[in-house]
Amino acid sequence: MTVGLGHYLTVAAILFTTGIFGIFLNRKNVIIILMSVELMLLAVNINLVAFSAFLGDLTGQVFAMFVLTVAAAEAAIGLAILVVYFRNRGTIEVEDIHLMKG
Amino acid sequence: MIVATFAFYLFAAAAVAAGVMVIASRNPVHSVLFLIAAFFNAAGLFVLLGAEFLAMILVIVYVGAVAVLFLFVVMMLDINFVALREGFMKYLPVGAAIGLALLAELVLVVGAWRFAPRAKAVLDAPVPPLDKLGNAQALGRILYTDNLYLFQAAGLVLLVAMIGAIVLTLREREGVRRQRAGAQVGRRREDVIEIRKLPVGRRAGGGGAE
Repeated sequence: MTVGLGHYLTVAAILFTTGIFGIFLNRKNVIIILMSVELMLLAVNINLVAFSAFLGDLTGQVFAMFVLTVAAAEAAIGLAILVVYFRNRGTIEVEDIHLMKG
Repeated sequence: MIVATFAFYLFAAAAVAAGVMVIASRNPVHSVLFLIAAFFNAAGLFVLLGAEFLAMILVIVYVGAVAVLFLFVVMMLDINFVALREGFMKYLPVGAAIGLALLAELVLVVGAWRFAPRAKAVLDAPVPPLDKLGNAQALGRILYTDNLYLFQAAGLVLLVAMIGAIVLTLREREGVRRQRAGAQVGRRREDVIEIRKLPVGRRAGGGGAE
């Protein structure tokens, strides 16, 4: 039994669903939500690399690298905003974040 | 081949288990550590796929930078994490419903798709044979030529993120005494030292015997 593309896609699908599930489950904790987003981006990266490997095209790996870049930038900015918010309000509960009346 | 299959199932199971633990564990520090485990196992999957360079980048960037950043923030903020977990059970049904619906959709997609017949003919950057060019070399060949502008844009994104993070978190505090190197270096001897001639046998500033 050899491991095919479908196997990798299944792993990525499960990880992606886990990420979405985490966002819904930890509605109050921004840090866990950010981690869930990272998990979803990881699943996307697994998809890109798997397709790249099985299709024999390197472009997928280049794209995965750019996704990695954006994910790192997003984590840095998100955590910076979180730190500033905590400094100002003393809490990071998502339900308290309604200053902009969104 | 059997080793590769075994390794795949090992990495895949560990990655999925770590991913579940990220969202399920009570302590956010444990969540971050499980996130690191998930990234390590994903890196193992990348190695199995022949993308060694990305696997190493994943370990360096995610485990070395992003996860440590998360760890710092989780540990530095004084947050009551027990209160944040309230409503965990309240959101479980709707979250499970949406997650299962999405998983069913993804399973349908995974089960039904196939490569287009012409897909192999229109490859943008075919993988060179391994004995000619390694993965990192091959990636570099197309990254710095065909994707040069994208590469520069990625660098710009990181620069903007760096400046943004610094600007957001830097704060000027009142009443902090700092070393002022310019003032120290600019001090001249004439400004701070005064030499007075004193007559021998008399007190300084006294003016005569008592």
